[in-house]
Amino acid sequence: MKNLAFAHRVMAAVALAVPAGAVKAQESVTIASWGGAYQEAQRNALFTPGSAATGISVVEETFGGMSDVRLRVLAGAIAWDIVSSGSGSAARAAEEGLLEALDYSVIDVSDFAPGFYTDTCVGSDVFSTVLAWNTATYGDNGPQSWADFWDVERFPGTRAYRARVAGALEPALMADGVPPSEVYAVLSTPEGIERALNKIRELRPHISVWWESGAQHAQLMKDGEVDMTTGWNGRFDAAREDGAQVAYTFNQGLLDYDCFAIPRGAPNKDAAMRFLAEISKPELQANIPTYISYGPTNLAAFDLELIPDELARTLPSYPDNASVQLPVNIEWYGKFEQEAAALYQDMMTE
Amino acid sequence: MMTMINASGLSSDARRERIALLGLTSPAVMVVMLVMVVPVGWLFYLSFIGSDGTVSMENYRRMLDSRSYTRIFVTTFQVSMLTTVLCILIGYPLAYFLSQLPARAANICMLAVLLPFWTSLLVRTYAWLVLLQRQGILNRWAIDIGLLDEPVQLVHNMTGTLIGMVHIMLPFLILPLYSSMKAISPDLMRASSNLGASPARAFWTIFFPLSLPGLFAGALIVFVLSLGFFVTPAVLGGGRVVMVSMQIASNIELFFNWGAASALGVVLLVLTLGILFVASRFLKLDTIVAKGH
Repeated sequence: MKNLAFAHRVMAAVALAVPAGAVKAQESVTIASWGGAYQEAQRNALFTPGSAATGISVVEETFGGMSDVRLRVLAGAIAWDIVSSGSGSAARAAEEGLLEALDYSVIDVSDFAPGFYTDTCVGSDVFSTVLAWNTATYGDNGPQSWADFWDVERFPGTRAYRARVAGALEPALMADGVPPSEVYAVLSTPEGIERALNKIRELRPHISVWWESGAQHAQLMKDGEVDMTTGWNGRFDAAREDGAQVAYTFNQGLLDYDCFAIPRGAPNKDAAMRFLAEISKPELQANIPTYISYGPTNLAAFDLELIPDELARTLPSYPDNASVQLPVNIEWYGKFEQEAAALYQDMMTE
Repeated sequence: MMTMINASGLSSDARRERIALLGLTSPAVMVVMLVMVVPVGWLFYLSFIGSDGTVSMENYRRMLDSRSYTRIFVTTFQVSMLTTVLCILIGYPLAYFLSQLPARAANICMLAVLLPFWTSLLVRTYAWLVLLQRQGILNRWAIDIGLLDEPVQLVHNMTGTLIGMVHIMLPFLILPLYSSMKAISPDLMRASSNLGASPARAFWTIFFPLSLPGLFAGALIVFVLSLGFFVTPAVLGGGRVVMVSMQIASNIELFFNWGAASALGVVLLVLTLGILFVASRFLKLDTIVAKGH
């Protein structure tokens, strides 16, 4: 009891001693992300410097994605102020009304690559779904486009393809001759989706593995189990550093991003908004590639000369790389993903 | 008069015993209620809740409308049947061999059966991936000694899935089968040869029928466990062998609600119970449970 009373007195003294300006420093936001190497990179690149600059302290948690957010928002028990998400699932969550609108008078996105933020989710890092091939099989004359990926005469060998619809229909249409700029217009009709599925049906006898995760497609290339695959660029970089004989091209890649959102009913919404404003600044965004091989969403980060040129050139959002890719259309995923996913499942198992 | 007194005494004793037994079993009954009956009831309830939160048949209608669900159920039962048959073909001779060995040798061989049983399922599944893949040990070795010119596809398909599942399921067949074979008295075999039966005749008329309850028990365990398999087909099937449990997982991800996944669980449960019911008509399941140790 004595100790408790003592503790109270100390706390009271501390409270009195704290200058008025530092009261803000007691603001805090709770951020939920995916854990592991990814969250560690976010912590080093964004959260720690962001917290130092704003005085907003950060409590980190890990979670299983938007399905967790949905359960908690619907139960009225949301304790997270900021959540990290893939762009597609964020779009679906927004359609369901699970996310707060972001205030872009607070968060400055004027230097963001177009399409890397939505009303409810602001881009945090950029990755690309690319075509990768085994350099032991094809040497320097690897496939350079989705048409090559489908060309089993010129490029004999086994393929791996994604087991989920996200990022799987666009390459098929490009292989079928649809110009990248028209891909999402074509996909916005049932006939367009069917056309993409039929193109995959055509390649299906040569697809020996349907991959489920980034770790899996990296391993497939490392083991030489398949000669070509689709996948996320950062994983192939890591696999190559690990000795895999793999190369990839950004040509016709799908430029995609992860983003931060504020769940509906977040307890510290205003602090979260200011914190997002801070970590979206080019100075902090420039930290990302140092910790994980993904690019900044704020293109001004490239002008600060904080990212070594050699590293910058390998990033998906480097202007020369971004210009040959197709930015993923998040609205399309919000509207069509569920329907397309069911059809895709049929195509895989029929 | 005496009998009357006796009878009431006996019946009150019996009643007391029933109450005592009820008291003893009630913790177990409550556990079963809590972890079995309530969740399964909840599963049934959720399967009738549509995506808009109202009661509907939406989740079941989807299964009828889509081509893939029928295929997934067919694949699930096909994989489970083939696994069971292969386990019987491999496991029966092995269990018979073990049951005829002297005790010490049988124990050592039994250890060889049990050791993989104690190793993580995930580890064993990935080990098969390493062995069977295109640049894996098996293919390389076969090419090195000239057995093959080109690597054959042993994994990321039905073949790989079955190899992995049979390996994992084999102990579940061998253990009950072995114990039922050990319970067959060797005197019966001696008696039959004494009466002039050839060894083959003695095996088929005496030993084999007596080992059947153990075989059925093991086969049933293998079949039912196989129906719910997830990890092995997911890793070794390469996305080409889709079983119900995998579809349940992707439905939760896809439709963001439990109803779609629950409906699949309900259908699998009902189909499994149906198969067990039909099997019980032919195989007398109760004798398996009673005698199968």
